[in-house]
Amino acid sequence: MSKRIEINDLDVYYGAFKAVEGVSLEIEPRSVTAFIGPSGCGKSTVLRTINRMHEVIAGAYVDGEILLDGANLYGPGVDPVNVRRQIGMVFQRPNPFPTMTIRENVLAGVLLNNRRMSKSDQDDLVERSLRGANLWNEVKDRLGIPGSGLSGGQQQRLCIARAIAVSPDVLLMDEPCSALDPISTLAIEDLIEELKQEYTIVIVTHNMQQASRVSDKTAFFNIAGTGKPGKLIEYDETTKMFSNPSVQSTEDYVSGRFG
Amino acid sequence: MTTAAPAATTRAAAPNRPADVIFKAVSTTAGVLILLALAGVAIFLVAQAVPALIGPLPEDDSFWAWVWPLTFGTLWSSFLAMLMAVPIAIAIALFITHYAPRRVASVLGYAIDLLAAIPSVIYGLWGIAVLAPFMQPAYTWLAQNLGWIPLFTPPASGTGRTILTAAIVLAVMVLPIITALCREIFLQTPRLNEEASLALGATRWEMIRMAVLPHGRSGIIASSILGLGRALGETMAVAMVLASAGAVTFVVVGSQNPSTIAANIALRFPEAHGITVNMLIGSGLVLFAITLLVNAISRWIIAKTTVDGGR
Repeated sequence: MSKRIEINDLDVYYGAFKAVEGVSLEIEPRSVTAFIGPSGCGKSTVLRTINRMHEVIAGAYVDGEILLDGANLYGPGVDPVNVRRQIGMVFQRPNPFPTMTIRENVLAGVLLNNRRMSKSDQDDLVERSLRGANLWNEVKDRLGIPGSGLSGGQQQRLCIARAIAVSPDVLLMDEPCSALDPISTLAIEDLIEELKQEYTIVIVTHNMQQASRVSDKTAFFNIAGTGKPGKLIEYDETTKMFSNPSVQSTEDYVSGRFG
Repeated sequence: MTTAAPAATTRAAAPNRPADVIFKAVSTTAGVLILLALAGVAIFLVAQAVPALIGPLPEDDSFWAWVWPLTFGTLWSSFLAMLMAVPIAIAIALFITHYAPRRVASVLGYAIDLLAAIPSVIYGLWGIAVLAPFMQPAYTWLAQNLGWIPLFTPPASGTGRTILTAAIVLAVMVLPIITALCREIFLQTPRLNEEASLALGATRWEMIRMAVLPHGRSGIIASSILGLGRALGETMAVAMVLASAGAVTFVVVGSQNPSTIAANIALRFPEAHGITVNMLIGSGLVLFAITLLVNAISRWIIAKTTVDGGR
């Protein structure tokens, strides 16, 4: 369950404001791609266009196309709800549903599509997803407690379990570790390494070390100034991006000589 | 009030600033005043009700037998009103917060607030002059065709001034309170929770069920109780609309309707004298007790159902 993403000449607008301009890149299946760049450069915006979550903000729209194994996500008649069922997302801050138990949180997405699931199938899925998120051993005895009772790092892994429970083709992560301590961060990074066997993963991060540790390819975004659209500056193998980038501003950014 | 005194003596006493002293005095007075007002009302009600509670009454019924139909009418009309108002209010609040385009939403918001500003006597007039004649044919139809349901037992009222009409008026009156509060609560749903459900592929309605309603549950209850408080105590509109006969019946389309405590006091008080005054005040005490009980229950429910934001 892993698909290839192709972004062709993508512009993103919030109303009259052009937030991102002319992004084109290809993301291979079963790989981890990191989006890096200064705040406001549009990397999160691009990430959110991949599962059409940017449309949650009124007035947002895109020009260009994003192909998932050749099928245009922005084609006529494509329902964003179906797009999001194929492309899971993990957010900056852990957001388990506060009124649901751990078990209900994992099943939340699955039960949207398939209400008639037998109890034993549900149990299997909960165990499989929580194991997949490296959380099973920590919570197997207390699946009935509210998800908000876990620590921040555990909550984030619960959110990952919830996202992979629906077996998506792609997993998007929007700074998944920015609210976590270093140990929880390490746990998530290890998990990303494992999830890569099955999913196409795109991760936005502000942490250079994280990008170099987890990703196969890296995309660097930048803006010319406030109010100008963000652009994709360089996209290449992570090792090359961090050792010998071909654009000067990439080198400035990854070596810390730039805001 | 005086709790700060011991701490002040152990430390080297800092000079009190005049502004602090004045503000403390003013706010303490205000706090005490509200308690005094509440106590005053309660003492008045109890003291004036006692003769009716113990004494012989003119129609030698007990006080409780007399007040029961009124209590029933109060609860029944409020219940019917809440049954209509709460779902509609929640639906309007959801429409304003999650479906309507921004401009429509703000216009609708103002319109709802405007409804709250209409005096209840106007609602009463509207109920008598417009709603009752409008509903009357419907009542006749219900009594003829659905008369086997105990709610619609014939004969239907000829004027349309039934308890259902009164309840509809009450529902319109409490709608703005509930809607306005629900709207505020729904707007406070954490964006993260909404996005979490959308990112799982939830439709807008599924998102509302997964994120908005669970988050707003205690707020919905609280706003409903506020609305219920208004419906229980509403006097003028019910007094004008309802043609009451003091019956205890669940029939909502007939002419034999129970009255409500508040409306009954308003209608009877001008010509009351002697023990009847005490009886009316006694019924007021019952209403006071009911509202107190409703508030206590709601506090309890809210405390039980409140969820923290998840962080």
